Amino acid sequence: MTVLPPGAIDCDLHPAPPSVSALLPWLEPHWADAAGHRGLHELETIAWPPDAPLSCRSDWRDGARRPGSDPERLISDAVDGFGARYAILNCLYGAPMLYSEDMAAGFARALNEWLKAEWLDRDPRLRASIAVPPHAPDLAAAEIERAAEDRRFVQVLLPVMGETPPGRRINWPIYAAAERLGLPVAFHAGSAYRHPPTPVGWPSYLAEDYAAQATAFQTALTSLIAEGVFQKFPALTVVFAESGVAWLPAHLWRLAKYWRGLRMEIPWVDRSPEEIVRERVRFTVQPFDAPEEPEALARLLDQLGSDDLLLFATDYPHWQFDGMGALPEGLPADLVRRIAIDNPLATYPRLGEGKP
Amino acid sequence: MTVELLDRPSREAPAEAALRIADCDIHPSPKSLEREIYPFLEKRWQRHMERYGARPRQPFLNGPAYPKGQPDAARRDAYPPAGGRPGSDLAFMREQHLDPNNVGFGVLNPLKSGQGLQNLDFADAYCRAINDWQIAFWTREEPRLKASIVIPYEDAAASVQEIERCAGEEDYVQVFMLNRTAEPMGQRRYWPIYDAAAAAGLPLAVHAFGFGGAPITGGGWPSYYIEDMTGHAQSSQAVLTSMIFEGVFDRLPGLKLVLIESGFAWLPALCWRLDRVWMRMRDELHRCKRRPSEIVREQVFLTTQPMEEPSRPRQLVECIEWIGWDRLLFATDYPHWDFDQPDRVLPSWVDAEKRRAFFTDNALGVYGRQMP
Repeated sequence: MTVLPPGAIDCDLHPAPPSVSALLPWLEPHWADAAGHRGLHELETIAWPPDAPLSCRSDWRDGARRPGSDPERLISDAVDGFGARYAILNCLYGAPMLYSEDMAAGFARALNEWLKAEWLDRDPRLRASIAVPPHAPDLAAAEIERAAEDRRFVQVLLPVMGETPPGRRINWPIYAAAERLGLPVAFHAGSAYRHPPTPVGWPSYLAEDYAAQATAFQTALTSLIAEGVFQKFPALTVVFAESGVAWLPAHLWRLAKYWRGLRMEIPWVDRSPEEIVRERVRFTVQPFDAPEEPEALARLLDQLGSDDLLLFATDYPHWQFDGMGALPEGLPADLVRRIAIDNPLATYPRLGEGKP
Repeated sequence: MTVELLDRPSREAPAEAALRIADCDIHPSPKSLEREIYPFLEKRWQRHMERYGARPRQPFLNGPAYPKGQPDAARRDAYPPAGGRPGSDLAFMREQHLDPNNVGFGVLNPLKSGQGLQNLDFADAYCRAINDWQIAFWTREEPRLKASIVIPYEDAAASVQEIERCAGEEDYVQVFMLNRTAEPMGQRRYWPIYDAAAAAGLPLAVHAFGFGGAPITGGGWPSYYIEDMTGHAQSSQAVLTSMIFEGVFDRLPGLKLVLIESGFAWLPALCWRLDRVWMRMRDELHRCKRRPSEIVREQVFLTTQPMEEPSRPRQLVECIEWIGWDRLLFATDYPHWDFDQPDRVLPSWVDAEKRRAFFTDNALGVYGRQMP
């Protein structure tokens, strides 16, 4: 088994509110009243049915409790369990996907306050991403400004599938705010389900939806590059979380070939997509979607062509691996150190600040 | 439209000349609708075409959803000297492509037909006309060329009728769909099409493009042609995922799927992912009985163009080894701008046996044909 060094930084864990009622103390009165009057008990997304196999590893399940809803379990299973120095919480609760921009913003703000009170205050190793309403970039930027005052928030969190492809200009206020505050923007597997998750319509199965997350990251990467986000925001770092990793080389071969043939269409893209990704985009390692044969993994690493790309993550409590095997077999030791410690520290400037 | 014709020297037969190759993606166009297509289209649909046009599920009546990088997405040297659209002149196609590139077996994939139109009755009539036209204007004239049965796939019943009407004619070598369907292709509304293809012993070909109505990304419509073009790879991944997970290949173990013009280097990573997801959620995927990678190794083929181009060509060969040298069917996409030149696509050190599979034998095996 690939052994983690002590003090690894876990860049993708998922806390979950037990229900909407857990957010009530943090909702502004109007939204708290609405939750009561309108019978809003649950805002779980269809992406993560709590009892589905991927949603939680069986030895991390806890009877009636929703996966990821018990801070003590998360801390003991994942933070203590893998000896993490820091653990970055990405809350995937569906509340920010509410169609009403104002309501989504109100609930995103409550999620951030709940994260502070119920999680970040509980353990100095915990950090979190800022929840925002992805379809209301102006309100999202305001929430980023507000929440980022607490330096335990280390990045901005968006679902990889929103209302518009992420490169589209309408989303730029989010990137402007993140860049100004030195926060990476993480796109995480998931959708606001404004569109079918596949280019050919709504699938039948959760398994298909999950498989399609990797292709959604491919089109999201194309969009961010083609629209010139990396030129417009030269200090912005993008993190792809729970994206899968193995698809990246083949996608870049294709994208770079078309860039060479069609760059007159997007003249602001002044460098090869491969170069842009190696400098500016980072990937969490669960799931890796690695081939089983160590020799094939070595080839894949060679194709990735950089030791800077990968960030350690358990994806707790999602069932991506068993036991302690959070990293693929056969990674060289110095690469493991980069993935576990150096790359996360370089990606998240706020982690280097030590205690809040 | 003014298009500058480049100097077009007659080329010597290239290094691959000893090998007669198969080209599994050639795009023919009619010289004129009135002269070549109308003879096969009922009067009422001719009138419909003139009054209402061919209206797909995208904004532009005559056009692609995203402006192409080049006129007609064509090689600038592919306009026939005698006039007409690229790919519309058989004599010039022979002179520019079939002869110098030593193509002994070429599959015609017509892209402008009834496929993806909103009006299903018109889609059906237009597809039938395109099928008759391929035989009358192309394959009867040139035995190296083979035709595709173009079907109005959003109407499975009409599609089955058309497959049955055409299947007796030997010049058709495949049933032809586009990869942007209205719903994922594994869903049961399309099953009668696959049953009919399998019954006729024909591979099912799925070519990039089409307009199913859903954006090409799960997060909405992108802005640029490069995104649409790159996105064909994601569409084909969704098509393949759906067909595997819905059990299409388990129902029809004899069905062969050929994915055309959406790349191939994405396949290994997709298989690694699908195998894992299938293991995790087998109870949900009750129709899918075999490991996805095993299904792919037995029933799925991909055409090569546009070949992915890593900066180190060795990596492409490694990727082909993951897929298997027996899975890929060489294609040029003639006369389109991103044409792959047969003597340049593989590194020189790939051995003769692999080249033969890649350029010729795989295609003849899938289509069950000999070189004429």
